[in-house]
This record gives sequence, structure tokens and C-alpha cells, in this order.
Amino acid sequence: MKFIIVAGTPGAGKTAVLVHTLKILLQQNVKPSVVKIDCLYSDDPKRFAKLGVPVQLGLSMDMCPDHFSIYNTDAILEFAKEQNSEFLIMETAGLCHRCAPYTNNSLGVCVIDATSGPNNPMKVGPFLSCADIVVITKGDMISQAEREIFRECILETNPNCSIIEANGLSGQGASELALQIRSTEKLVSENESLRHNAPFAVCTLCAGEKRVGAEHHRGLLRKMNGMQEYVGE
Amino acid sequence: MEIHQITIQAGIDKLGNTERLPDLQINKGEIYGIVGPTGSGKSQLIADIEQLAQGDTASKRKILINGEIPSHELRSDPRKKMVAQLSQNMNFFADMPVADFLKLHAKCRGKKNIDVKHVISIANTLTGEPINASDNLTILSGGQTRALMVADVAIISESPIVLIDEIENAGIKKHEALQLLSGEGKIILVVTHDPVLALSAQKRIIMKNGCMRDIIESTYREKQISLQLNDIDQYILTLREDVRAGKKIEEVNFDALLHESSFLKCL
Ligand SMILES: Nc1nc2c(ncn2[C@@H]2O[C@H](COP(=O)(O)OP(=O)(O)O)[C@@H](O)[C@H]2O)c(=O)[nH]1
Ligand SMILES: Nc1ncnc2c1ncn2[C@@H]1O[C@H](COP(=O)(O)OP(=O)(O)O)[C@@H](O)[C@H]1O
Ligand SMILES: [Mg+2]
Ligand SMILES: [Mg+2]
Ligand SMILES: [Zn+2]
Ligand SMILES: [Zn+2]
Repeated sequence: MKFIIVAGTPGAGKTAVLVHTLKILLQQNVKPSVVKIDCLYSDDPKRFAKLGVPVQLGLSMDMCPDHFSIYNTDAILEFAKEQNSEFLIMETAGLCHRCAPYTNNSLGVCVIDATSGPNNPMKVGPFLSCADIVVITKGDMISQAEREIFRECILETNPNCSIIEANGLSGQGASELALQIRSTEKLVSENESLRHNAPFAVCTLCAGEKRVGAEHHRGLLRKMNGMQEYVGE
Repeated sequence: MEIHQITIQAGIDKLGNTERLPDLQINKGEIYGIVGPTGSGKSQLIADIEQLAQGDTASKRKILINGEIPSHELRSDPRKKMVAQLSQNMNFFADMPVADFLKLHAKCRGKKNIDVKHVISIANTLTGEPINASDNLTILSGGQTRALMVADVAIISESPIVLIDEIENAGIKKHEALQLLSGEGKIILVVTHDPVLALSAQKRIIMKNGCMRDIIESTYREKQISLQLNDIDQYILTLREDVRAGKKIEEVNFDALLHESSFLKCL
């Protein structure tokens, strides 16, 4: 099974680009399954289902959606197996800038919006820096100079990625993404592990504390000055 | 690598029909206008050239350089790029000072000897409101933004192929801007609704429904008319400056303008 994990902040154009890409894959007789992970609600499964591909939605509710997708990987792969799919494409919620959902044998695709400005590639962290492919969307809304600068900033954060300049409206770039998906040689294994460790901290907020202010909190806490401290037993 | 010709291989229109015109070759030194109603695909055509499309855009066109398919590097690496594009975009998204932006862009293009102050001073010849090196891009007015984009394209992106999209909408001095962007021996395509600019190009591509419908070669008469219209344009510009300066306009001397040309009389 080939496992394609698509990450990127909400509104970056993940679904738009994937819909165009899936159309091309279907024309080429590739039959992928699609899984969408979100927190409370998502319209995306409807957009995918219109194409006639098997779709599953996973809602993480009060859990971190990235963590949710990580420990549900087996179940997600099982779904695609039941559909006899050779390819499984997962669209993440993309809310956490500390997580990178890619496993070592998946094809990691980061979708990033060019209008988010050239400082954004530095901010989004591991889901950009660990990606195999970076898809830049919305280049139609900015000048050539800004597109060139944005591309350069991506390469500074992830020098080895393959960049696709795409357009979620017109479908430009989708054939290139479809080609790279089809030709990936990575096969998902029985024991996948993450490329990048998930954030390292469990605090009282994680356990449901609502009050703000330091005195209510225990666990590994990072201070404004950058120092980490363990508070508690 | 020297460019002596680009080829636009026919694609499809918005309905999926094959583009009516056969392959179009544009040679070094030629200036083409691109005209047509809004939504007819003018910007798409120059976007295809900017990306050196290979059947992977909405129009499915392919662009050849000197009769050959361009390499992947030529298509993507800004240091090797041969196309400078002034797009239709009217604002910047990058949140940084003007000087930093220009330096970063020069670095992307692999241009080492760019004097940022010089680029800004060129931009300032096109707009009434001076731009400062320390201004943030996002606070620039529409006119300042377009003036800076023109200077950036003319100097930092300086390339043998130049694509210009609706320069007349910018509220900047369009003739000066066009002159800055053009140059001897370049391939230039200008998207425009402005008759002065459209008639001054050697040839113009007529767009309709997403495809190239026709190519008109401008006649000797059209070139004369274009010069005449240019005079009227300049005249209106001086009137504009007078109004802006708070002057009263007592009369407008159309006769003087018309008498200068024997051509307008035959219109
Ligand atoms: N102008 C422009 N808009 C785009 C592009 N890609 C996506 N969009 C728009 O961005 C919005 C969010 O896209 P969507 O695919 O739902 O983002 P997701 O949350 O990452 O899945 C939609 O309104 C899209 O139409 C693009 O390349 N250019
Ligand atoms: N040949 C084509 N096939 C499909 N879509 C097209 C084609 N040409 C243009 N379009 C789309 O039509 C829309 C309007 O085109 P655009 O180039 O912006 O028009 P103009 O610049 O003439 O106003 C754009 O979304 C563009 O991608
Ligand atoms: Mg989505
Ligand atoms: Mg346009
Ligand atoms: Zn997280
Ligand atoms: Zn916590």
C-alpha cells in the first residue's frame, strides 16, 4: 500500500488540489481511497465522494487531530485495504505547527498558501521541513517576484523537497502531483514510525483544566523566557 | 542561452475545443499586444508563457523556446528564468520593508550588483507619492505598489521575454513604465484595453473565450493614429496634473490637437 499524507493549514487548498489530482488518477485507472481527519466537522468527504472514491472521515473531537490521526493509522490503512486500494490519500486537519504527520514510509505532501507571506515557511515547522513534496497554491494572487521569494524561502526550510506550483482553482500542477504519487516507490510497512517527534509535553490543560495562570498548572511547562520547568510531584 | 524565438502551441478554449489559431512563433525584437474582453483568457495566455506551460495549465498550451521543450530547470529555477512578468496583481502580501523585499528578490534571481536605492528611485519616477526604503510593502498605496512592481520587473527580473498585464490600470505613468520594461531585442507581450498601447504594438492577438482567435498586424495608418492618440493622452495627462494641482481649467483646446494630424481628419 502506498500512503500519501497531505498536510497544510486550513484553507491552504489541500482539498482543491486533491480533487483535481484524484480526477487525473481516476482517469489513469488508479483507484485510491481517501481519509479526511478533522476536529469537529468537515465538508471535504462530500467533495471527495462526488468523484466516486471511497472516503472515510475521522473526527478527533476533543483530542489533537494530528495525534488522533497518528494512533489511528492502522485503522485508516485497514479501511483502504478493505476497498482494495493500492493508494491511500489522507488529508489532515493541519492545525498544529509542532506536529508533522508523515511516517517514514509514506509520501509526505505539504500544501502551503503563497499568500501567507515569505515568513510563513519558517513558522509552519516540521510539516513543511519533513515533507517530500511541497505544493504551493494561490500563486495566481501574487506577483512573480513574491512567488520567486516564496519558493526560495521554502527551499531554505526544506532544501531537498520537490516543489509543485499548483492552482486549486484551475487544476494547474495536479498532473505533476498525480505523476509523483503514482511513481512513488515507498511502501508502507507493518511498523511505521513518525519522521518527526510529536510535541513533548503533557500539562494540566491537556487534562481539562480551564483556569488560566501558572498556579493552576502542573507538568512540563515552558516559560516566556524559553526555560522549561517541571512543576509537580 | 540566447533566445531568438518562442512558440505558443495551440491548446483548448474554455469549452474544450481546439484553439483556432495554429502554433504561433514570436521572434526576438517583436512586440505583441493582447486584447479581448474581461475573462477572455489574456492573463492565462501570459501565465502560460511565464510558466513555460507544457500542457499542464487550464488552456493545455505548450510553450517552446527556440523550437524546443524547455528543461525543468529553465521552467523553475528563478536564477535561470528568462521571463519577467508584471502581473495584474495590485497588492503585495509579504510583510516586510521595501528594501528587504528588493534584496531578497535580487538574491532569488542571482543578481549580485543590484542597488536597492536605484530601484526605488526608478519606481519614484513613476508615481507621485515617493516610496521609502523602510516603508512596509503592505502599507503602500495602489500606485506605489505598481510603480515598485514595474521597477522590480525592469531591473531585478530583467529578462529577454517581458510580459505586461494591464499596465494602464495602475494609476502610474504608463508610457514611462512601458519604456522602462521594454528594451532592444526583447520579446514583449502587452495585455491591454488601451487603444494607444494596443495600436502601437506591431501585431495584436485577439482573445475570445479562452483562446487566441486572430492576429492583426497593425497598419501604417493605425500606427499614425496611435501617435495621434498618444498626443491626446499626453494632453489629458497635463490637464490631470493641473486639476490635481488645484488649478481651474478655463478651456480645452481640441482644435490644436486635431490640426496636428491629417490622419484624424480622415477618421
Ligand atoms: N485563488 C486561488 N484560490 C485557491 C487556490 N487553491 C485553493 N483556493 C481556494 O482556497 C479555499 C480553501 O481551499 P480548500 O481546498 O478547501 O483548503 P483546505 O482547507 O486546505 O482543504 C477555497 O475557497 C479554494 O477555492 C489557488 O490556487 N488560487
Ligand atoms: N483556454 C482556457 N481553458 C480553460 N480556462 C481558461 C482558459 N483561458 C482562461 N481560462 C480561465 O478563465 C478565467 C479568466 O481568464 P483570464 O486570463 O483571467 O482573463 P482576462 O485576463 O482576459 O480577463 C481564468 O480563471 C482562467 O484560468
Ligand atoms: Mg480540506
Ligand atoms: Mg486579466
Ligand atoms: Zn500537534
Ligand atoms: Zn497540555
